[in-house]
Amino acid sequence: MEIYDLTIHELHDKLKTGEVSAVEATSAMLDRIETVEPQIGSFITVAPEQALADAAAADRRIAAKDIDLLTGIPLALKDIFLTEGIRTTCGSKILNNFVPPYSATSFEKLKQAGAVLLGKLNQDEFAMGSSNESSAYGCTRNPWDQTRIPGGSSGGSAAAIAARQATATLGTDTGGSIRQPASHCGCVGLKPTYGRVSRYGVIAYASSLDQVGPLTRDVTDSAIMLAAVAGHDPKDSTSVDVAVPDYLAALTGTIKGLRIGLPKEYYIAGLDADVQSAMNSAIETYRRLGAEFVDISLPHTDYAVATYYLIATAEASSNLARYDGVRFGHRTENADNLLEMYCKSRSEGFGAEVKRRIMLGTYALSAGYYDAYYVKAQKVRTLIMRDFIQAFEGVDVILTPVAPTPAFRIGEKTNDPLQMYLSDIFTIPVNLAGTCGISVPAGFSADGLPIGLQLIGKPFGEETILRAAHAFEQATDWHMKRAPL
Amino acid sequence: MKITAANVEHVARLARLELSDEEKNLFAGQMDAILAYVEKLKELDTDGVLPTSHAVPMENAFREDVTEPPIGTEKALANSPDRADAFYRVPQIIE
Amino acid sequence: MKFQPVIGLEVHVQLKTNSKIFCGCSTAFGSSPNSQTCPVCLGLPGALPVLNKQVVEFAIKAGLSTNCSITPRSIFARKNYFYPDLPKGYQISQFEEPICQHGWLDIQVEGQDQKRIGITRIHMEEDAGKLVHGEIAGLEKGSGVDLNRACTPLLEVVSDPDLRTSDEAVAYLKQLHQIVTWLGISDGNMEEGSFRCDANVSVMPVGAAQFGTRAEIKNVNSFKFVKQAIEYEIQRQIDLIEDGGTVVQETRLFDPNSGTTRSMRGKEEAHDYRYFPDPDLVPLVIDPAWVERSRSELPELPEKKKQRFMESYSLPAYDADVLTATRALAEYYEECLALQTNPKAASNWIMGEVIRGLNDSGLPIEECPVTPRLLTDLLRLIEEGTISGKIAKKVFDEVWKSGKDPKTIVEEQGLVQVSDSSAIEAIIDDLLAREAGQVAEFRSGKDKLLGFFVGQVMKASKGKANPAVVNDLLLKKLKG
Ligand SMILES: [Mg+2]
Ligand SMILES: [Zn+2]
Repeated sequence: MEIYDLTIHELHDKLKTGEVSAVEATSAMLDRIETVEPQIGSFITVAPEQALADAAAADRRIAAKDIDLLTGIPLALKDIFLTEGIRTTCGSKILNNFVPPYSATSFEKLKQAGAVLLGKLNQDEFAMGSSNESSAYGCTRNPWDQTRIPGGSSGGSAAAIAARQATATLGTDTGGSIRQPASHCGCVGLKPTYGRVSRYGVIAYASSLDQVGPLTRDVTDSAIMLAAVAGHDPKDSTSVDVAVPDYLAALTGTIKGLRIGLPKEYYIAGLDADVQSAMNSAIETYRRLGAEFVDISLPHTDYAVATYYLIATAEASSNLARYDGVRFGHRTENADNLLEMYCKSRSEGFGAEVKRRIMLGTYALSAGYYDAYYVKAQKVRTLIMRDFIQAFEGVDVILTPVAPTPAFRIGEKTNDPLQMYLSDIFTIPVNLAGTCGISVPAGFSADGLPIGLQLIGKPFGEETILRAAHAFEQATDWHMKRAPL
Repeated sequence: MKITAANVEHVARLARLELSDEEKNLFAGQMDAILAYVEKLKELDTDGVLPTSHAVPMENAFREDVTEPPIGTEKALANSPDRADAFYRVPQIIE
Repeated sequence: MKFQPVIGLEVHVQLKTNSKIFCGCSTAFGSSPNSQTCPVCLGLPGALPVLNKQVVEFAIKAGLSTNCSITPRSIFARKNYFYPDLPKGYQISQFEEPICQHGWLDIQVEGQDQKRIGITRIHMEEDAGKLVHGEIAGLEKGSGVDLNRACTPLLEVVSDPDLRTSDEAVAYLKQLHQIVTWLGISDGNMEEGSFRCDANVSVMPVGAAQFGTRAEIKNVNSFKFVKQAIEYEIQRQIDLIEDGGTVVQETRLFDPNSGTTRSMRGKEEAHDYRYFPDPDLVPLVIDPAWVERSRSELPELPEKKKQRFMESYSLPAYDADVLTATRALAEYYEECLALQTNPKAASNWIMGEVIRGLNDSGLPIEECPVTPRLLTDLLRLIEEGTISGKIAKKVFDEVWKSGKDPKTIVEEQGLVQVSDSSAIEAIIDDLLAREAGQVAEFRSGKDKLLGFFVGQVMKASKGKANPAVVNDLLLKKLKG
């Protein structure tokens, strides 16, 4: 087995015994990146010198017997995480030359643990998209079928796992942006409960929905990565001061008696046949493992996409006002006055999807429309949250598909934003409710495209969904399959 | 609800975006379709429902009134597209 | 037609915290440009605000001192607009649920009855940065942006439209200024912009049911300018209406050089601030226990203290007013009283010598070299008859200069008052013998000359003679 095929825990064992050094592991990853990057395009920025220096430092720590689970592990981050001294673009031309003067808390934590940063991963511009096609740096291709999208917005983070370009990655999930690409690329993607991981230093798309989470080869790695980044951060007022449990200890392998809810609104006519059959066999597997199934209802599911697009775009329109060409980022060459400087800098710097969402959000907040759109959406959000609270009175987790179809073709939905938005229908409600969800490989389509299942947990119920996901993984071998590269 | 070119222009101005005529037409149509779709929220009776700003209940996050070191002028200005001395420079503002 | 002006004031009070409202940068005034900044106050991508607790404490105190109710659950909102001094493209402020609401202040304009002015709301917000134009090194063209002031904590105090004259507006402002400085929550420095006022002014025909269209006059930064700006604006609007015109709702700028206001049309644009709750900040919940703790920490407020000074120490209203001009002065006075001195004598000396000394030296009362202890020691020497009032002034100056205690100065310089009649008699006899002509004139009815004789005796005694004894003896000898 190649070094780049190893999971975090497998590589950790080899680093610990000295069988492999961190520099060797990092070099192997950098070689792999060089080999497959022309086909996949997962990265916006590769930082080989920094990576090798990090690796050398990790080797010194290991030699001094100061080894953490992540010491010497080569990771990569979605380009939405601020990395001091390393260019951070958020997939946008407007930040083409932006070199941040500080780092995201989650990146700081990974550095503390001794992890190695390989580089920054491709994504939809400002995390606005479900396909990676809105990136100003070209669309990442799905390693399983290069004519298809990897999913989005953390498309690069998922593709890099599938293409074996990083041992693990971090992404962000606002409406499914970790779980959906994980599903499309056949890896494990976890969206923690809102407030579980600090948002400090993570470029904001929609502040009340954004959450950081890992994309990994298996569930064990997901638990390791979550443990590394979770926890209260005094720099993020919305990060919650709830103790971080031992996620690895939660992976007991047994789920006997676990009550799993199947929401009828998610198993609808029109669901892709391959997705439906993957769900059916997953349900069979869980039954065999001793889980009980309960039919439940999340009655406001059908309103989630509308609610999401009002709240997310409203917050985004305000969050993206700081890209004004004054202190950082792109500034137009053709401005005679202040107003022109603003309008031209922003119009030259932002891509079409970002402009569309800024327009929509500005409209939803503008005088005369605020109550009808924004406040109404916030109220429906309350109803969606209540759906989950009620559902969780009777079940421990909820099992659903991640996406209605496997990865679609590049260019297939670019002219119809509403169709694109509707592809997130199964992931969006989790963000609106603020709770946690995980995407786990659960099969393949007839075309050989990965299909993921989603386990939704109670707020701060990461241990339960990790345990359930891990048990499924033990009973299946979907996560062992390799993309044809 | 029909989004007109004038609506689009007004919103673009608020958002400090300069759109081409092509973009204005495209966005007018797309925003119209999206807003028509979100009209479905009106089906729901939300009288007496409180709006949710934060999905997880939270309150009172504070910092103590203690100064921390600044990042320093050079770091602050390192990414600036245009500067004069230690100021960010912008086109002349007439007051 | 007679017109009734209607005035409402919005005051921005900069709070005296160590660090900014949402980040740890210093709030100190006058540092080099952009040196007191961090990712948060620069509005860098990914940066998040965290509320400075001291700002909340100060806001509650301001609210309680202006008779406001404290909102149990208040929230921060974003006010969205683009301007180069506003790094994030929005100002974090409060909109729908401000921390303080429904308060009032009673104001007093000389010669009029006391009047109650409503306070609509007090909310917390962040300040913007500073723009500079013109003569800056390297700034031959364009404007410069300095974000040191960005994110500095402000309270915005919004009055009801209850004010009717420029005098009322100034009285209200002065009282508000006194309260925030008294509480120690702001330095109130108007020149540095720590206390800034916007005035909403309209006029309506007397007896009309509806207010006229108002103009907002921005950033009027002294009490004098507030008066000028409001008076000019009232007259401008009346003239306009009488000439058949109509007042338009607009923002106007006061020009201190001409004493006029002018339209800011250049910048004018239909504002749509798109306020919405800031998702980066969590609700602020203030329970009754917190409010009560704050209330118990409030100092005695100037109005209360003034009443007490008048009642407990029988001070005239004038004295009580002067002594409660600032909290530090009132505390100085109270420290004197704690040292068992005569209240009226202490008041006289503070209003006279102490304030004169402070004005001459430019020192604040906290740094007055004549401490309450030294002043009361001096007063005691007068009371005991050890020195005369006149000598006491000399001693006061000595204490100011040297910091020595009055008794030592009196002893060292031999300033003890002479009350011994034989010593004074000798001086008088000598004087009367020398000034026989003047004595004759006095005796022929020129009473005014008594002053001349007293002066001469005092001079000869180097001011040490007891004036009462001098008077007595002189009269006896001259008439006798
Ligand atoms: Mg304000
Ligand atoms: Zn700062």
